[in-house]
Amino acid sequence: MIELFAQLQRRDRTGADCVADNGICPNWIADNFDRYVSPFWEHVYLTMVSVGLGFAIAFALALLAHRRRWLVGPITQVTGIFYTLPSVAVFFLLLPLTGRGNTTAIVALVAYTLLILFRNVMAGLDNVPAEARDAGRGMGLTARQLLWRVELPLALPEIMAGLRIAVTTTVGLAALAFLAGAGGLGGALFDDINFRSNVLVAGGLAIGLAVVLDLLILALQKAITPWTRAAT
Amino acid sequence: MSSTLAFLGEFGDAFDYIFHSRESEAGGARVGGSELLPLLWTHLEVTALAMGIAIAIALPIGLALGHTGRGAFAAISVSNTGRAVPSVALIAFFVAFFPRTPEFWNVTVALALLAIPPILTNAYVGVRQVSPEAVDAARGMGMSAMEIVRSVELPLALPLIFGGIRTSTVNVIATATIAPLVGVLTLGDPITAGSVHGRAGQIGASIVVAALAVAAEAGLAAVQRAVTPAGITLERRPLNRRLQTVP
Repeated sequence: MIELFAQLQRRDRTGADCVADNGICPNWIADNFDRYVSPFWEHVYLTMVSVGLGFAIAFALALLAHRRRWLVGPITQVTGIFYTLPSVAVFFLLLPLTGRGNTTAIVALVAYTLLILFRNVMAGLDNVPAEARDAGRGMGLTARQLLWRVELPLALPEIMAGLRIAVTTTVGLAALAFLAGAGGLGGALFDDINFRSNVLVAGGLAIGLAVVLDLLILALQKAITPWTRAAT
Repeated sequence: MSSTLAFLGEFGDAFDYIFHSRESEAGGARVGGSELLPLLWTHLEVTALAMGIAIAIALPIGLALGHTGRGAFAAISVSNTGRAVPSVALIAFFVAFFPRTPEFWNVTVALALLAIPPILTNAYVGVRQVSPEAVDAARGMGMSAMEIVRSVELPLALPLIFGGIRTSTVNVIATATIAPLVGVLTLGDPITAGSVHGRAGQIGASIVVAALAVAAEAGLAAVQRAVTPAGITLERRPLNRRLQTVP
């Protein structure tokens, strides 16, 4: 009966009929775009806060491991376990500790970014040419000056590459944050998962956000590492 | 102190849910314990099928692109685009746009698509990093292109290829957890149907999923070590900075 109804409606694809026909409806999207605005900003918030905190922690760990090499193994292993644990599982394993909400989602997302960011900061520092280090030392730089003026600037391309991976991955995982009670575009997506217009808008916004943030970091990288431009 | 014990108690209850079946929150049906086995089976079935499809598609393409050395742009695009598409969005897309396909296959195909980029990129980089001398030697011995791929490039690229397969498998196991949202009852069912399974079910199933992912990671890491030819270390030459391989 419903099948028949749908077939009858297929002739007229305007307005509400398009919705009943489960089509891609520009009118519906224009009229209902409001409902995506706050999930979108929640998504941005979850991503920025998680990657920001994750970067602060991973960066500190990398600086520590840069001085004390024996820490590289243990830190890689522990952050590797965090990386392996499925985010959805972590949301609910945290339930008795942090309950439901933003905190739980952010803790899980931060844990996931640590390995990516730590590994890239370490790779960047390890790939600094020995000559550059020697030159810095020869100019009388202290270890701290060497780190901030020579090693970290030269490590920037790898560090920024890690940030790009972390951001795009986190945008994807934040789409699951609604399961932890933290909102985001995933909630909007699953509110009406069979309706094509809804899936396209919610999914499209998430993909668009990932692409835009990725390009923003790339632009930032180009801006703060002018010396790499000639090479690429 | 009492709050500490309270959360230990919650985990204790979750383990009880894993090992002993109980009446559901709503009454009637049994949940937990051996009732988890069908869910585990579906979870493994979806994962295995998705990985099979992904490997069948990604491996030949990755090897071919790596062998000819022409597809750097394609390999980069696939890996970058793959990362930007949220797994939930992909599953939702298949469910919304292919309503007549059984949900099981929609989920399987979506998971397979998610699994392709790491395998393809790693296969490509794995072949590209094979030393040109080894390939030249093989060619000098009169090997055909197919023989070179099969007997030289593939074995030398295996560690990286298995790295890609490992990452994808863990990712697919994780993503299969949300399949119950579209009606495929995997181990995510107790998590998403909290009103039926209770908090013990949600936490218990999370423990099982986490254990499954860690076991897959550890198991495939062992396979990866086993297939690494003697004398080959997993040192990656900076072949192309924009191509990020996975461990």
